[in-house]
Formats: sequence, structure tokens, C-alpha cells
Amino acid sequence: MKLTKTLLASTALTVASGMAFADGHMASEMTIVSWGGAYSNSQQKAYHDPYMEKSGITIINDESSPEGVAKMRAQAEAGNITWDLVDLEAADAIRVCDEGLAMEIDHDEVLAAAPDGTSASDDFGDMIVSDCFIPQIVFSTTFGYRTDQVAEGVEPPKGACDVFDLETYPGKRGLNKQPIANMEWALLCDGVAYEDVYDVLETEEGQDRAFAKLDTIKDQTIFWSSAAEAIQLLADGEVFMSSTYNGRLFSAIEEQGQPIGMAWDWQMFDLDGWVVPADLPEDRLARVMDYLYFATDTQRLADQAKFISYGPARASSAPLVSTHAELGIDMAPHMPTEPSNAENTFVNNYTWWADYRDDLDSKFQAWLTQ
Amino acid sequence: MTRASDPTGPMMAADGTPLKTSLNRALRRQKLRALALIAPLLIFILVTFIAPIADMLFRSVENQIVSDTLPRTTEQLAEWDGDSGEIPAPEVFKALYTDIFIAQERKLHTRLGSRLNYELTGVSSLFRKSGRRVEDMGEVYQDQFEDLNDFWKDAETWNALMGSDAWLAAQTKWDGKSDVPQPQFELREEIAGVLPQTAATFEIFADFVQNEDDDNLAKEDPWALVYSALYDDLIAEPDLSGYAGPGSAELLEAMAAASTFETVDYPAAFEKIDKDWHDIEVWQTIQTYSPDFTSGYFLNAVDMKKSPDGAEMRPENEQIYIKLFVRTLIMSLVITGSCILLGYPVAWLLANLPARTANLLMILVLLPFWTSLLVRTSAWKVMLQQQGVVNDTLVWLGLVADDSRLALINNQTGTIIAMTHILLPFMILPLYSVMKTIPPSYLRAAKSLGATNWTAFWRVYFPQSVPGIGAGSILVFILAIGYYITPELVGGTTGTFISNRIAYHISSSLNWGLAAALGAILLALVLGLYWAYDKIVGIDNVKLGG
Repeated sequence: MKLTKTLLASTALTVASGMAFADGHMASEMTIVSWGGAYSNSQQKAYHDPYMEKSGITIINDESSPEGVAKMRAQAEAGNITWDLVDLEAADAIRVCDEGLAMEIDHDEVLAAAPDGTSASDDFGDMIVSDCFIPQIVFSTTFGYRTDQVAEGVEPPKGACDVFDLETYPGKRGLNKQPIANMEWALLCDGVAYEDVYDVLETEEGQDRAFAKLDTIKDQTIFWSSAAEAIQLLADGEVFMSSTYNGRLFSAIEEQGQPIGMAWDWQMFDLDGWVVPADLPEDRLARVMDYLYFATDTQRLADQAKFISYGPARASSAPLVSTHAELGIDMAPHMPTEPSNAENTFVNNYTWWADYRDDLDSKFQAWLTQ
Repeated sequence: MTRASDPTGPMMAADGTPLKTSLNRALRRQKLRALALIAPLLIFILVTFIAPIADMLFRSVENQIVSDTLPRTTEQLAEWDGDSGEIPAPEVFKALYTDIFIAQERKLHTRLGSRLNYELTGVSSLFRKSGRRVEDMGEVYQDQFEDLNDFWKDAETWNALMGSDAWLAAQTKWDGKSDVPQPQFELREEIAGVLPQTAATFEIFADFVQNEDDDNLAKEDPWALVYSALYDDLIAEPDLSGYAGPGSAELLEAMAAASTFETVDYPAAFEKIDKDWHDIEVWQTIQTYSPDFTSGYFLNAVDMKKSPDGAEMRPENEQIYIKLFVRTLIMSLVITGSCILLGYPVAWLLANLPARTANLLMILVLLPFWTSLLVRTSAWKVMLQQQGVVNDTLVWLGLVADDSRLALINNQTGTIIAMTHILLPFMILPLYSVMKTIPPSYLRAAKSLGATNWTAFWRVYFPQSVPGIGAGSILVFILAIGYYITPELVGGTTGTFISNRIAYHISSSLNWGLAAALGAILLALVLGLYWAYDKIVGIDNVKLGG
């Protein structure tokens, strides 16, 4: 009898304190999902820390962005949204918007205008690729190479097309284990004009042509599935050159002093930004909006570039980009958008890939297993 | 009456009930009590394990999204003959207009687009584009009605026309505060008889505004779709003489004018949005995937696809899954085999060494077991890569030339080495616990009877250790077949498993139906192999110890 009572009492106590904790959690904490590593670190310093100081709200970092889309869908289906704000690549943001998993946003209403009064939607301009998407940075997928493995008297590689040149640059290559960017590079370096790439890639012959070009280096290529892997391959000297994200290369070169050089030609621009999960309760939504207003203004976006070499998505932030916070080096030359780096570039064609991703992916995977 | 007087009757318990019943009752109570004891665990497993798996597997056949999003179109399309070479009739396009209009208001059309895009490339943007431009089609009628009479411009007059008096009164009284619920729209009875399509469409509109958008119906102008429905009703010239409610004069006026209205040619309008709407293949795909349940995902999981003429193989350059299933099975077998080869001697040592040394050895076996999987996998990367420890040593020893270092990782070899290492404890531990129970005297007895070392081992010791091999093999094989992270990290392109594709479809492509189908096949394979093992070896022969 006594035992039962004790049990009941302690159960009640646990439940009560659990609920109290849950309430407390709601009031002062916000879960923000991002990519982890150097990127989360730059967000922590540029947005989270100043915001926490200003508002007293605690921000919890969740490094789940690589599985962000799947988890957002799972949370929506379970009816239990635990995330407040999610950092996603543009293509994924379009997906969650299509699926109704993210909230549509009136950019001018929610976000701060530029200091000169330009409205947010004009300041971000074309970067707003979906109604749910609040752009933060422009990054690029480009190439890094081992400076110590370039033979003497040979000009170091300049860009994507040198990957296919096994004669001048022998050695292993690293490429992403998915079709995006690889297919475009194959065609561009096979002589297809930039403006025709996606038209050619739409046809069966065009796809065969891209695969044939990739075939020439297939047995010399290690396919990576995470950006960290690509950096590790380069740092260990496992590959001579590899595609990866420019910010990761920057941190390997400048922060860790690896003997790696950048090959910018035909880098692929891509966007990264925030989405707000759909159907957040009102109090949490209000808090997220308050955070977003602060964290996406002109100064904050420019601040992020002090910690990582990704270009701010606002036009008005670009002139404010200064030097690296710890190394003190000028960041502008390391930005993908710097004119000398951006001689030949292309932009990830999100709408095209939305249509062709399933089809090309199964062909690409079949090609890999052959 | 008593036991003594009727020896042939049933035995009675003390309270007069037959002993059998009484015993049964006691037994049942005992069973219930036992069930109550395990109930928490049972419920826990059902809720957190069985139910989610069943739910996930169910997605492999689920396909309601097509008929839910395009209910009118799929119904109309059922009569269309896909082999005729003709695009569907104009009614189908009209149904499609209604369906897509409602779907884009609810933001469901892009979702359906991505679903159908799994089957036919290009449908995703077709739906996205159509969703953006479908409103223009309805505005043709909306503009003409509004030009005719300002009556049609206003949310209030529409509500007066369509809503019942009771609802109108309640709505006027409602103050628009969010904590008082908005009075639910109620249709005026007379109007449904006169304007059936308009009434039905307006009800959908009202329901959407009030319940999904949470807006005040009195302030929302009707969708362009409502005007199209009104036009369709009026052009059929309904008998308006019996209707005397609000707007009756305007209705008569509109009916007279409607015959002179500019009309919308739906097939042509859709062709203008995208010529793909006149592509037979698009319609065949919608028709093929109209039913609520589909075998499409399962067919896809075995490299086939649904076509109007039944299932057929996919083109050569898209076939991957059967290859991956076969590869997963073969490599799991190889890994199991190498675990037996490496684990057996270790387990034998463990079982036969003096306790102190055996304990030390045991710790060496368990230590990697306790180390994080990722750490061990990454360690193998450092060891096996071309500039890694193994290759460096071989080059230093002069066994391998510097320019032809061995490729030990990012291929099948890498997966087999790393996974054998990771799964080895699962082989050693059951083997050890079985070997521990084999009395050493048996071996001594065999030898004293003249057996050589080999015969004593092979004829006496080995047969007794087989149950351990069985248990270890089942464990290792089943774990290996579903392994994901190690093949992903060290497998390169040739050493990845089917589970890597499942993970890709769950987290990147969001094609959960296909992932569920692949998972269901994998589960069936494991259960099938387990069954086969039971038939051939007998599951009673498996021992985890004792």
C-alpha cells in the first residue's frame, strides 16, 4: 500500500516537473538547425551570440541539416514540430516548400530593409528562389588541388575542365557521388556552350555524352558523399584534385595551412538559407520572426563573412565584407563572387533539377555501379 | 449427487463446479497476470517498433495522393482509352482545371507533381507551372461577370446569394475575434437546386477560407473557379422562375448574358500553359497511377516499371536495385565467412586459455566493440588508404612499388575488411560461450583412443561447436545485410549496399515509397533466409551460450 502511494506520488511529481520543464523550455529556448562545423560556427558568432545577448533567449544548435528535409517531413507527419528554424540549400528549400512543410514568407514584411531603404525583396533580388526561402549566403562548388603534386614546369590547374585532363595532371580525382554539377562540368568541358548545357542534358544523347566524358576519368575518381570527406582526401594526398565547397577549401588552406590551391573556373554557384517549418505555434513563430529580422539584416550577413568565405546574399552586405576575424586577411579575394574568381561560373538550375533529378540520379547511380 | 454416488461423472471441485472448469479458470487468471506483467514491454514494442515499421512498409503500396488531389480528373479519366492515341476529352481537361485550381489553393499540386515525377520526368515542373497559371483560365469568366454587374464583384453579395439566412445572421453578429469561432458556412437550400455546380464549388471555397486559411468569409472574394462554375450552371439554362431569394434579378440578367460570353477552351488553354498536357504519356501516367494502391514502388525496386501494357524492365542504364541486392547478399556472405575464419581460432583460445590470460584476451575482443563505429571506420580509412599506414609499410618493405600502391579502400575490399573487423565480436562471443561448454575431456578421450590432433578436432570438437557458428553467422549476416554507415564511408562506388540507396531515398530524394519497398524486400529476404536456415540446420541448434 505504502509502496503504491510512493510510486503514485513520485510519478505525479515527475509528470508535473516534466511539464514545468517543458513550459520553461518553450519560453526561452529556440532550436536552430544547421550544418555543423565551420559553417555553424560562423553563424554562432555572427548571429546567435549577439542575438542571445540582446534578447536573453537561448539558442540550441542542432546539426541535422544534412537530413533536414526528411526530418521536417517526419516531424510534420507526427504533428510534433520541435525545430524552430532550419538552414537548407536552395534546392531542398524548394522541396520543403513544395511539400507544404515550410511556411511561405512575405519577405518585405518579415525581413529588415537595407540601410539605404531598399526593400528586402529587392535587396535579396534573384536569390529568393522560393517563397519559403530566406537566403543567407552564396557558396560555390569548385575545385581544390594539391600544390605539391603539380609537376615542375606545369601550370597549376585552373578549374573544372582540368579534372578531365589526365595527361597534364595525372593522379586520382575526387567528385561528388551525385549527378548535380558533375553532369554540367562534363558537358561544359566537352565543348558544349554554357547556354546550351541544360538543353543538351535534357536529351538522351546529351546524357550519354556527359557519361562518356565522365567515363574517361571514372577509374581514377574517388566519389565522396560528404564535403568533409573531400577535404580529408585532399589533406591526406589521396587525390590530386577534388570538387568541394569553397568555404571548406578556404578553411583547409588558410586556417589549417594545407598545401592546397583553388581552381575556380566553372565553379557552380548555389544558395543556402533559412526556412521556417510550417504550422509553428504562434508564440514560437513570433520568436523565430524576431530572430530572423535580426539575423538576416545587412550588417549580420556581412559579419558572417568574417568567419567563412561565403558571399552574403544581400546586395547591400557586399561592400561591408571586411577581413577575417582571427586571421586578419582580406576576405574579398576568397569570395566565390570576386570577379577574378568568377570568370566562368554557372548557377545550379533548381527548377531543371527538380524535374530531372530522379531520372538522372538513377542513371548516375547505375553508371557508378557498372 | 456426490462424488461417491456417481463415479462416472466429472470430478468436482470443493465449490461444486467441475474440476476442469475450475482449473481452467485458475490457469486463465494466471495467464492474464503474466500478460499484465509483460504488458508494458509488449505495448512499448508495439508502439515504438512494430507500428512505425508497419506504417513505413505500408507506404510502399500507398498511392492515394493522385486520386485525393485530382478526384474529378481521375474519375473522368477512367473512361479514357490510353491506347487510342488521342488526348482525353475536353471534360477531362475541365475536371483537371477544377482539381488543379483547388489543389494550388491548398498547395498540394507541387507535391503531386513530385510524386508523379518519380514515374515520368518533367511532370514536376508541369504541375508547378500549371498551378501558377490556372487562375488565368477562370478569370476569363470572372471578368465578364464583373463587367456585367457590380453585384458579382463583392464578397458580401456572394455570401447573401449562397449562404442560408441563419448563417448570414450569425456571421453578421460575429465580431471577427479569433477566440470566438467563426460560424460555419451553411448553404442556402434553394440555391443548390438552381445552381448545383456553383453551390458545390462555393462550399469548397467557404470551407477552405474558414477552416484552412482561418480568414473571415465575409471579407474574401470568391475564387475565379466559382465564376467558371456559375457560367457552367447558367449556360445550362436552369429554371430560375421558382427562385426569389437575394440576387434573383442579377441571376436572370446574367443568364441572358451568359450565352454571349467569351468561352474558355480548356484543352487549348492547358496546351498554352505547357504543350506536355497534350502528350499522351502524361495522361497515361496519371491514369496508371490513379488507383489508391500501386505496385509501382515494388516494381521500381526490382528495376521494373509500370506501363500501359503491364510491367516491363527498365532500360539497361537505369537498372541498379537487383544488382545492389545481389551484391549486398554476396558481400554479407563473404563477411560472415571471414568472420568465421578469423573468429573461430580466437574463440578457441578464449575458451581454452587459463582464466587470467583469457580475461585479458576477452578485453581485447570487447574493447573495439565498445568503441564508436565511426571512430573504427575512420581508423580503417587511415590504415587502408593509398597514402595510409598499410601501403606505406608495404612500400617501405619494398613489397609494393611506390607508384602502384594497393587500392584497399573505396572499393569492395575496403568494405569487407572494415565490416569484418566491426562485426567480429558478434561472431566470437557466441562461439566462445558455446566452446566454453565443451568439456576438454572429450578431446583427451579421443586422443587417448588413438585419434590424431586433426581427427580429434574435426570429428569430436568441431561438431559440438557448430551451434555457435550458426548463432554467430546468423547474427553477423543479418547485421551485415542492413549495414549502412561503413559501406558509405569506405565502400566507394563498388562497395556500397542496398541500405545506402534506402538511406538516400529516405533523406535526399524523399521517395519514401520506394525506400519502403526496398526495405520490405530486404526484410522479406532476411526472414526467408532465416526460414531456410531453420529448415536446413534447425533453429534449435543455435546456441548463444549455456
